[in-house]
Amino acid sequence: MASHHSASTIAKPGLTEPAIVRVALTTIALLFLVAFLVVPLVYIFVEAFRNGWSAYTDAIRDPGARAAISLTLIVAALSVPANALFGVAAAWAITRFDFRGKRVLTTLIDLPFAVSPVVAGLIFVQLFGRQGWFGPWLFEHDLKVIFAVPGIVLATIFVSFPFVARELIAVMEASGREEEEAASLLGASGWQMFLRVTLPNVKWAFISGVILCTARAMGEFGAVSVVSGRIRGETTTLPIHVEILYNEYAFQASFAVASLLAILAVVTLVLQTIVEQRHQRALAAANRAPTEAQA
Amino acid sequence: MKPRRSSLPGFRLTLTFTLVYLAAIVLVPLTTLPVKSFQTGWAALWEIVTDPRVIASYRLTIGASFVAACVNGVFGGIIAWVLVRYRFPGRRVIDAIIDLPFALPTAVAGITLTSLYAPNGWFGQFLAPYGIQGAFSPLGITIALVFIGLPFVVRTLQPVISDLDVELEEVATSLGANRWQVIFRVILPYLYPAWLIGFGMAFARAIGEYGSVVFIAGNMPMKTEVASLLIITKLTQYDYVGAAAIAFVLLALSFVLLLVLNGLQGWSARRLGY
Repeated sequence: MASHHSASTIAKPGLTEPAIVRVALTTIALLFLVAFLVVPLVYIFVEAFRNGWSAYTDAIRDPGARAAISLTLIVAALSVPANALFGVAAAWAITRFDFRGKRVLTTLIDLPFAVSPVVAGLIFVQLFGRQGWFGPWLFEHDLKVIFAVPGIVLATIFVSFPFVARELIAVMEASGREEEEAASLLGASGWQMFLRVTLPNVKWAFISGVILCTARAMGEFGAVSVVSGRIRGETTTLPIHVEILYNEYAFQASFAVASLLAILAVVTLVLQTIVEQRHQRALAAANRAPTEAQA
Repeated sequence: MKPRRSSLPGFRLTLTFTLVYLAAIVLVPLTTLPVKSFQTGWAALWEIVTDPRVIASYRLTIGASFVAACVNGVFGGIIAWVLVRYRFPGRRVIDAIIDLPFALPTAVAGITLTSLYAPNGWFGQFLAPYGIQGAFSPLGITIALVFIGLPFVVRTLQPVISDLDVELEEVATSLGANRWQVIFRVILPYLYPAWLIGFGMAFARAIGEYGSVVFIAGNMPMKTEVASLLIITKLTQYDYVGAAAIAFVLLALSFVLLLVLNGLQGWSARRLGY
């Protein structure tokens, strides 16, 4: 009943604030959220459609915008699976085995979240840029990483690195290793056990991690702007394209392209809410099952 | 590195992959910063980071981040409380929208806030008559940092507020405490570790923020130039040593914050009896 306490206790005097305080606090909270979150979100679409539907579609069909859309999709298609695979491997090693340095490893996985996006871009310039550690070697072999797509992919992988691993580690730590050990004892092969036992248990956490990772990969600006070089049609992702248009005072076009990213953000929020609900329901069902069996 | 007690397969494979991937993507690239700074030498490094323009940018970054985290501490606290404890129409939608700053690309947030707070913008036009400059001022930077930091405070506090045992409040009330005593003696002491963590996370995020700030800042040296922006400026001038030095200090600051936050989390977990 823990989740219902607020509804049932609100009526009791002394266990909640006086009505006038409740109304005042709710009003403050809503006004703050409207001013800081709702109005900016609405404003993006108002500006995007300022000059009508055709101006909006023109901005999105523009060759530069199209190239930015496809580059953004390519970058996400490369970086998200890489980080998802890493997330599964890291979560398996960390939550299913005991070894020294486990805590340090878990902290190191979160490290990219603590690093400024600009610094994230800069470190790849220092590795692969002209004057970087591998710069001369790359130059000799006519390979380009910085101011090219590989650099953008690397920077994106860096900033979206922890999402899947984090979600999976939390859930797999909580679920424990007994089920897998039982499956292993009963003769299941590694893959059978992973696909039939582990995956169903962590499905929602995995999906949630992938959604967050994708949103960040498609929307990253700071790190990508350091390594992109802004070669139009070649190294401009959607956020970079938004910046270029805005700095050229093409505000309507800039907001039109930005609206695509805003739609992506809203879709992310909706999917996250659905996944969260499914996950809660699955948890509730799993908790109910043993008690029913006992009865 | 031997597994002590596990009959499960895949330890070597997954741990090796994890370590190699972590080293290649995160650790090796990050070591370029201290290495570059050592190569530069401490004297030269010190000269770069004590340059008045760099000092001004650090001061602005830390100051604006601190103020923004405080604003988020107050309003994020109220929002978390209202969302968990009160029932009103639209609560679920409001709850989902809290994460918007996480989901919305920072560049989009940046151009939107800049247009809203520009002197002729929706919000800026009400500030201009009072001589208050929204966009292109430290105030604008702070507004952008409030935007990106808000979910940290709300999302850290929400679960702690919903775990708060109502029986504790009932006991206090039945012992004769009035509501304000309950809030200040029972509820707030219980919430404040989580509050500090949320505050710290918002602060840490704001220190390194770039995308949402670059448009609204105005980027005037000594006045509205944040540290991440100064790194980019140095890079565009091919001053790699300068960029690396400023970044090194910023990175060190992030590490200290990360360590403090980790410590806080351990302390809070013990306090709450997990």
